[in-house]
Amino acid sequence: MFSTILFYVLSVILVFSSLMVVFTKKPVNSVLFLIVSFFAISGHYILLNAQFLAVVNIIVYAGAIMVLFLFTIMLLNLNKETEPKKPVLIKIIAVITGCLLAITLIGSLKGIDNAPVQNFSDNSIGLIKNLGKSLFTDFVVPFELTSVLFLASIVGTLMIGKKE
Amino acid sequence: MENIVSQLQSISINSYIWLSSILFTIGVMGVLIRRNAIVVFMSIEMMLNSVNLLLAAFSVYHNDPSGQVYVFFIMVVAAAEVAVGLALLVMIYRNTQTIDINFLNKLKW
Repeated sequence: MFSTILFYVLSVILVFSSLMVVFTKKPVNSVLFLIVSFFAISGHYILLNAQFLAVVNIIVYAGAIMVLFLFTIMLLNLNKETEPKKPVLIKIIAVITGCLLAITLIGSLKGIDNAPVQNFSDNSIGLIKNLGKSLFTDFVVPFELTSVLFLASIVGTLMIGKKE
Repeated sequence: MENIVSQLQSISINSYIWLSSILFTIGVMGVLIRRNAIVVFMSIEMMLNSVNLLLAAFSVYHNDPSGQVYVFFIMVVAAAEVAVGLALLVMIYRNTQTIDINFLNKLKW
């Protein structure tokens, strides 16, 4: 019962802050609401007993990526409300398209059984011990390939970002 | 604490599907509505996060850690993607003095 209430509270915070990301005028406010939504998602991970993902989500998303966004906005001085408006017809069409997408997504997965998420006696798969075992036995090749990906990303960022 | 969480856990998988679908839809609407490239970028991050949440929920549902490892890899790729994407935005702003995506239509048709 307690976790159900917590789930709905976190969901309301998550959906509200996500809507505010889209509908606020200033980009800095969008970034701050996005940080709130990332914390709500971390709460959901804790509710799913996935502590490692919750911590990594806060460190990577709310820590690193949002700082990058904030620095870009502040360095480029983009916090202006002079964004030109799209026509109202385009906005209405966009909202209708999004609602159709949601109906399609929910309807296609409607036939799934309504079982509770956790009904196992051993529900420690989200702990760092089990994830580390899985990461370094089954997924060791992708794990090493991510280092190559990061190296490529560093080189690409430096090449794009430097002045000619 | 873990026992309390496991005993009280009674949220169905359908709730997570609903939540993730709504979040993904908000992200799609953000891409379609806004013209500021940074906000479009943040909407893409929101879509990635909704998929992450659903992957973690199904991973717990099937008692299989592979889904959570996959979420970890998605976060890694998202971090690299954000670095490259923001560098591209800085370069675009340096060349055109704007990040309005309607000015970036050379590759549109």
